[in-house]
Amino acid sequence: MSAVGTLVRAHLRRDRWALPAWWVAGTLLYCTQAVSIDGLYATQAELDQAAAAMEGNAAFVAMAGPARALDTVGGQVAWQSTAYGVVLAGLMSTMLVVRHTRGEEESGRDELVRAAAVPRRAPLVAAMVVATLANVVLGVLVAASLASYGLALADSAALGVGLALAGLLLATVALLAAQVFSTGRAVWGATGAVIGAAFALRAVGDVAENGLSWLSPIGWYQAMHAFSGLRWWPAALLVLAAVPVAAGAVAAFERRDIGSGLRAASPGPARGGRSLSGPLGLTWRLQRPAVVGWTLGLLLTGLAYGTIGDSARELIGESSQALFGGGDDLVAGYYGTTAVMLALIAGGFTVSSALRAKGEEESGRGELLLAQPLARGRWLGAHVAATVAGSVAVVVAAWLGVFVGYAVVTGEAGDAAHYAAPTLVQVVPLLVLAGVAALGHALGGRASALGWAVLAWSVVVLLFGEAWRVPGWAQGLSPYDHLPLAPAEAYAWGPVVGLLVVAALAWAASYVVLCRRDLG
Amino acid sequence: MSTPQPALDVHGLVKTFGSFRALDGLDLTVVPGEVHGFLGPNGAGKSTTIRVVLGLLRAGAGQVTLLGGDPWRDAAALHRRLAYVPGDVALWPHLTGGETIDLLARLHGGVDEQRRAELVERFELDPTKRGRSYSKGNRQKVALVAALAADVELLVLDEPTSGLDPLMEATFTECVRERREQGCAVLLSSHILAEVEHLADRVSIIRNGRTVESGTLDDLRHLTRTSVQAELAGDPPALAGVPGIHDLEVDGHRVVCEVDTPALDGLLRALTSVGVTSLVCQPPTLEELFLRHYGDAVPATPSPPGATS
Repeated sequence: MSAVGTLVRAHLRRDRWALPAWWVAGTLLYCTQAVSIDGLYATQAELDQAAAAMEGNAAFVAMAGPARALDTVGGQVAWQSTAYGVVLAGLMSTMLVVRHTRGEEESGRDELVRAAAVPRRAPLVAAMVVATLANVVLGVLVAASLASYGLALADSAALGVGLALAGLLLATVALLAAQVFSTGRAVWGATGAVIGAAFALRAVGDVAENGLSWLSPIGWYQAMHAFSGLRWWPAALLVLAAVPVAAGAVAAFERRDIGSGLRAASPGPARGGRSLSGPLGLTWRLQRPAVVGWTLGLLLTGLAYGTIGDSARELIGESSQALFGGGDDLVAGYYGTTAVMLALIAGGFTVSSALRAKGEEESGRGELLLAQPLARGRWLGAHVAATVAGSVAVVVAAWLGVFVGYAVVTGEAGDAAHYAAPTLVQVVPLLVLAGVAALGHALGGRASALGWAVLAWSVVVLLFGEAWRVPGWAQGLSPYDHLPLAPAEAYAWGPVVGLLVVAALAWAASYVVLCRRDLG
Repeated sequence: MSTPQPALDVHGLVKTFGSFRALDGLDLTVVPGEVHGFLGPNGAGKSTTIRVVLGLLRAGAGQVTLLGGDPWRDAAALHRRLAYVPGDVALWPHLTGGETIDLLARLHGGVDEQRRAELVERFELDPTKRGRSYSKGNRQKVALVAALAADVELLVLDEPTSGLDPLMEATFTECVRERREQGCAVLLSSHILAEVEHLADRVSIIRNGRTVESGTLDDLRHLTRTSVQAELAGDPPALAGVPGIHDLEVDGHRVVCEVDTPALDGLLRALTSVGVTSLVCQPPTLEELFLRHYGDAVPATPSPPGATS
């Protein structure tokens, strides 16, 4: 199949900057853990002490995975890296599959390719070849970096193999979604939901130890027990799951028309509804599916975290109390961290929502719209309003999830309200994120990635800020880093006001810049 | 003849993208009740000019007066009095054509139900299809219906017929004529001379961001010469020096020349008197006109974003 070869070469050329970036990020995710553990703990006794504290901490277990052999460097690497490794590999796979299948169809380039002497399935196969290659290289780099650092070869290899297989499984999920849905945005949404569900299922399963983790690919990967009694058979689950998903993707591909999803495009209303009468109505219409999807997603994720209830308390040993969160109540610490985690996930909605205006401008629809009697400020304002309303909805859904989950499991509504409340405050950093993203769009060019960059940095700060000893000012670049870890720490209004001022300034700046620059 | 206040008046317009000078002292005047053909080869700066006129791009230098106002400062207020059809119409993928037309109409202050229904009918547009499933021509129809349904003083149409079939093109021509009768000013950009020839009252031709010709079609008659290539049965008649015949080349029994429209009849009579074995007559393309009248080839300048045509 020379067509596949040609396509793969073209794809790899197009991905020649993105792929190495993913590989470097993934490899660093693993090997910096090893380095930082050795750097943080000078003696085995110190590591033992820390490990004992971490093991009993429900929040850490929820964020990372089941605590095994935490008193070894290898055990720490496996614990802290694997869940996020799969998330990273999943995002890489999704990007590759969307870019080379549905994205190409949406742009019309796929049609151009198919007009040439290209077998029907070649574009599909080529995208999967690229995704496979990307995941294999990532796995090899991870295994090689850990082995060369001096960790056990077989276990290092297992971490690499498991990561590659999990990434590949998620690539097949993306491929299936790319056949079912007709837009790249929807494919991202569906695959993102699967990755999120995989993470949430194992978080709940690992804390509550109720077997839910066995429903998650991340759980299978972690069940390989690298560096803590390695076993290979859970890797087979990753392969076994990928086969039917890939077969489903091919079957769906055979059933659909090129350019459309599995469901044929249905005719719609011949007249615009009453709500579709201005910029607000339009942006709401454009953003509604995303708001609904993310709201549901965060509700379920919040539920998952909430149903851990107060079982966090039983898991926590007396000795660890000083370590975590600075508060005296470790259940409170767990929910404080949960609130930030949920808000980081919600940040994905906020940034993509704030950048809808950019998509409108680049597609040429902005030009059509702004040639109407519609001032740029009002147009931007409508997008800001949709982003703010959507972010509030998403955060409220997360709050509701935590509240209901906790209340149902424990039967104590008062405590549920207490532990869920900090989630609501997390809308504030989201507003900053939205403002920064909007400013990035207004500035244009490379700056348009500003929103995503700040969100990515915020994730790094939350997960690795302490481990990597990131300086305080750099941690402060994360809008999530300024609020106290309520309810473990007391609420403070100063940072809230400060963040709101920053958000307002960012919006004002984006307004000023956008109204002064060329459009399109 | 008293000149009414122009709907659009552009003087010495300059627009640069980095070091690229997309518009370089462009002049353009459109008065109410006229269809103004805005001609130029691809990359000449037509769309860039239109985007400046719409206040989407900021003018570098020169004056632009749109309906008596400043298109950059008063964009939204002035847009109430004009309608625009982009050269490459992008629609919202999930909105139907009908919804898009209504949205644009409502932004303009309301839907003229009768006109809307009539235009949807005349352009044979299916308004229940989603934006993503329309073809290029149908996307264009959506934008055309929205623009023609609006009650405005100026229509700005950027290559509006590029995706339409000949029947729809005729419908389009009719609709534009009707709007002109009602006193509407129309700026009609195109890179095909013949397309604007039967619709435009006046024409401006631009090249490399500069206006090179402007006037009524009669003024520009010298640009609408027909090029004639004929193979004759015998020796060609004496054509050199005959008024209206230009760039004559005679090679044995073969005659190649350019002829002004009034002299066409005389030329054909002279040729057929000898006997014609083959005859090709074609209106000159814009590119040929530019080559002949302005002396040099159209340079292949790379276009920056925003200066696609």
